[in-house]
Amino acid sequence: MMFRHLVGAAVAAVFAVVGLSGAAQAGATLDAIKKKGFIQCGVNTGLAGFSVADSQGAWTGLDVDICKAIAAAVFGDANAVKYTPTNAQQRFTALTSGEVDILSRNTTWTLTRDASLGMMFTGVTYYDGQGFMVPKSAKIKSAKELKGATVCVQTGTTTELNLADFARANKLNIKPVVFESLEESKVAFFGGRCKAYTTDASGLASIRSKDAPNPDDYLILPELISKEPLGPAVRRDDVEWFTLVKWVLYALGEAEESGITSANVNEMKSSADPNIQRLLGALGDMGQKLGVDNAWAFNAIKQVGNYGEIFERNVGQKTPLHLARGLNATWKNGGLMYAMPVR
Amino acid sequence: MTAEEATTPQVERPPASVAGPWGWARANLFSTPWNTFLTLASIAVLGWALPPALDWLIFNAVWGHVKPEVCKQADGACWAFISEKYRLILFGRYPFKEQWRPVLAVCALIAMIIFSCNRRFWRAWLGAVWLAGLAIFGTLMWGGVFGLMPVETNLWGGLPLTLILAVVGVVVAFPLSILLALGRRSRMPIVRSFSVAYIELIRGVPLISLLFMASFMLPLFLPNTIKINALLRAQVAIIMFTAAYLAEVVRGGLQSIPKGQYEAAQALGLGFGQMMWKVVLPQAIRAVIPPIVNTFIGMFKDTSLVAIVSLTDLLLATKQAISDPNWRAFFIEGYVFVAFIYFIFCFFMSKYSQHLEKSLRAGERR
Amino acid sequence: MADQDRTIHVPPRPSPWNDPKIRAIIYQIVLIAGVVALGVFLVSNTLTNLQQRQIRTGYGFLDQEAGFFIGETLIPYEAASSYGRAFLVGLLNTLKVSVIGVVLATILGTIIGIARLSQNWIVRRLSSAYVETLRNIPLLLHLFFWYAALTNLLPDTERAANLGLNIFLSKEGLRYPWPEVEPAHIWALTALPFGIAGAVAFSKWAHARQMKTGRQIPLLWPSLAIILGVPLVVWLVGGAPAQFEIPEKTNFGHDGGAAVTPEFMALILGLVTYTASFIAEIVRAGILAVSWGQSEAAGALGLRRGPTLRLVVLPQALRVIIPPMTSQFLNLTKNSSLAVAIGYPDLVSVANTTLNQTGQAIECISLIMAVYLTVSLSIAGAMNWYNRRIALVER
Repeated sequence: MMFRHLVGAAVAAVFAVVGLSGAAQAGATLDAIKKKGFIQCGVNTGLAGFSVADSQGAWTGLDVDICKAIAAAVFGDANAVKYTPTNAQQRFTALTSGEVDILSRNTTWTLTRDASLGMMFTGVTYYDGQGFMVPKSAKIKSAKELKGATVCVQTGTTTELNLADFARANKLNIKPVVFESLEESKVAFFGGRCKAYTTDASGLASIRSKDAPNPDDYLILPELISKEPLGPAVRRDDVEWFTLVKWVLYALGEAEESGITSANVNEMKSSADPNIQRLLGALGDMGQKLGVDNAWAFNAIKQVGNYGEIFERNVGQKTPLHLARGLNATWKNGGLMYAMPVR
Repeated sequence: MTAEEATTPQVERPPASVAGPWGWARANLFSTPWNTFLTLASIAVLGWALPPALDWLIFNAVWGHVKPEVCKQADGACWAFISEKYRLILFGRYPFKEQWRPVLAVCALIAMIIFSCNRRFWRAWLGAVWLAGLAIFGTLMWGGVFGLMPVETNLWGGLPLTLILAVVGVVVAFPLSILLALGRRSRMPIVRSFSVAYIELIRGVPLISLLFMASFMLPLFLPNTIKINALLRAQVAIIMFTAAYLAEVVRGGLQSIPKGQYEAAQALGLGFGQMMWKVVLPQAIRAVIPPIVNTFIGMFKDTSLVAIVSLTDLLLATKQAISDPNWRAFFIEGYVFVAFIYFIFCFFMSKYSQHLEKSLRAGERR
Repeated sequence: MADQDRTIHVPPRPSPWNDPKIRAIIYQIVLIAGVVALGVFLVSNTLTNLQQRQIRTGYGFLDQEAGFFIGETLIPYEAASSYGRAFLVGLLNTLKVSVIGVVLATILGTIIGIARLSQNWIVRRLSSAYVETLRNIPLLLHLFFWYAALTNLLPDTERAANLGLNIFLSKEGLRYPWPEVEPAHIWALTALPFGIAGAVAFSKWAHARQMKTGRQIPLLWPSLAIILGVPLVVWLVGGAPAQFEIPEKTNFGHDGGAAVTPEFMALILGLVTYTASFIAEIVRAGILAVSWGQSEAAGALGLRRGPTLRLVVLPQALRVIIPPMTSQFLNLTKNSSLAVAIGYPDLVSVANTTLNQTGQAIECISLIMAVYLTVSLSIAGAMNWYNRRIALVER
């Protein structure tokens, strides 16, 4: 270990910025992750409730917790994650080039991305839709009233296309102002350049809570103009890794469906329900099948919580985002979250 | 002017109308009606603009640590914003408790640059000093040795990032640029056309397209086993860019060397390598050091473009500081502060380059 | 004796390794091999990577529907237009900002350059303060500053400031009346090249006349009259339509007429003020390069001030000014690509959006580079031709 650092310093001397991250073999992301001992997780540069770093560099948020849960499943340690903040344009390159192992960055699952960008979506962690935010002073009640209005958009997203589709369908003659970075688009909107800001509704809630000078001055319009299923994606080179990530997501959902929480997971391990026993590793070899420890789901739930806990902790009603479960409730509560059976 | 008068023995003092402050004013401010008009107009503009500007900058400004609400009451600039955010602006997201390290690293780098400004130290060992400086910088920033906590490059930000991009850009590009310049003047047609093609291609496109190329395409160009981080990618683009511009500067230097120097070297029986290394290049490079410094200034400013590919340099760090909703109203203060930092660096470097140009020329005249 | 001499003068045959010609060939072969190897390495990696990640390649996407809006366009464009057309819109926006920027920066830079040589001390100080300050601050910072200043400090769209003549200024930008498109306008525009051709013919004729008779014919005003007169006559014949489309108040500010967006304003402000500081230095150096003796000699020949400037000083100053000036114009054009940072839809911004929508990184970036390279090389070529024309012909 010491030797490697010394070599690192020597390289630094010659070429102060060479940063060879642990070299991974193509086709074996999971093996490489196990070898290097942590997961490199691509997150948003800063979206309150989803992924945001505090001044100490500690990351929190729904997308961050997904990475933590996976780390707990692989290593038994939710902190075995390193974060790479990515912007909208660079996220796919970061993933496909191997800079990150997983992209957990409020990314919309679309056919084009799934089929032609060299990546695979592992599931949905947040069912969202694109909405509009306007200042209350504009007295707009519906997105259909935005005729001729300027709308701020961030480039590199599905948002731009949805906006164009919506405007075409409703003959709204919207004037878009397209920004390269999230920061610039927020500055422009809150500076008054645009009448409306459009992105995923969860993003609007997040921006309103964190970036509005006074959140009560801004209104999120009721219409959602698109489907935005957000979820983590992995590279197309390792099916095992893909499968593992997918099933960690299901495990978090299954835990909520079965009433397992981070608080009661220890007791639940000795539950009489074989389904719960299988999930928590007391029965069968589900973990081994995925190539990780049998306590994979146990560790994830114990250290990070089930999906419901993650949701409420980061974006739920008690947070500044005030988001209702809505589509993201379990199917038993009328939502869309439906975990495949762990058996 | 007055000092000269005191030392020069003068038989007759000039009449008061051409000497002294009044004479000076007449010559410089009121010589013609147009001149008088310009003077009055400028004074009017200054009188209109300067007092409010000074009021805003200094007299009505809010200093020290206060809440943003206090600032919103005030008429002047809110420098409290800077005292609140200067660490974010200067060091980005570098771990807060470890920020003494970038401070030292930046000091080492600046000390190294100031040290190299002295012409007496322009010797071969200066290269070793630079390597040592970069090593100290790297060790401090990276950590991982001597009990320093390792800090990954994606946490680097602010001034150290800006400086290292510019310094490494020039240091690595410099040898490349010499090769390119020699290639462009070579009699070998293929070597020449490669050099010309490279130089003109790079100089013909904007830096931002190279940065995009580096951040989107470089990963595609390399095998899967080689992974390079965002900082290194931007650095590669900056090196490629700088090399093309420096090559043209060096070529200018090579062209300024009289033919006799080459002939003399050949007459002494020196081969191409020795002729270049011992006779031509030392003179050529010495002659173009001022434009090299100017290229460095340009480079230093251009590193701000990495903000567009999301590297937290000085400029992007400032933007992040401004995006705090509580302080967003004080964006002018943030930009003025960071503009001042850039200005200090560039201004002193350009003054140095002008001074150098004069003193190098003085040597020629002797 | 003679034989001996010959043997002395014939140099010993160098070993092939030391023969400069052979060495040059070997070096070049090595270079080609190196470049080809690097090329093969990069291309094969790229192909492998593209295949592995199942990324499609090729420029076929240019015909597909773009599906996104562009905020300001010079030619008709809608979301249903193709990516190719989107690129064209971006290119035209780049050219628009470059041309306007070059003109304004030249004017401002020339004024400041002359002011730096002013007899007036205050003016001299002020202009050098301008130059020293602005050129030592990164352009991107200028742009961010101007954009933030405009979006924050301009009046809200609902309370747009009326600057008179139905010109409105607000956070939406500057909106002003614009003539409604009539056939007569288009005819007048088409007539403009004819006017210019007429003026050129007139100056040729005047020159020939002066050569023959020695009599000077005033050039400036008649030429201007021809250039502007021809389109004016066409417009008058076309019925002199002067119907203006006036901005109207809507729910969100104003609509109709023509508009300059804050993004465009910020970009122009930043580019012009920054580039002007460099142009000022070039102009100053150019004027200083013409020695005072030239003007005095012209005076001694009996030339008045105007002709002295026009026939003696300017041609010589221009010879010094034009090459660096061209490179500043090129810099301005290349720097206009920073528009992407403040939301002005230039070529880079459109290409960037396309890249994100299609994932075709190589294609989009190569298009950007090809366009800029074409512009740069053609301007550089034109400049070389011009330089050869005005170069001093020495004996």
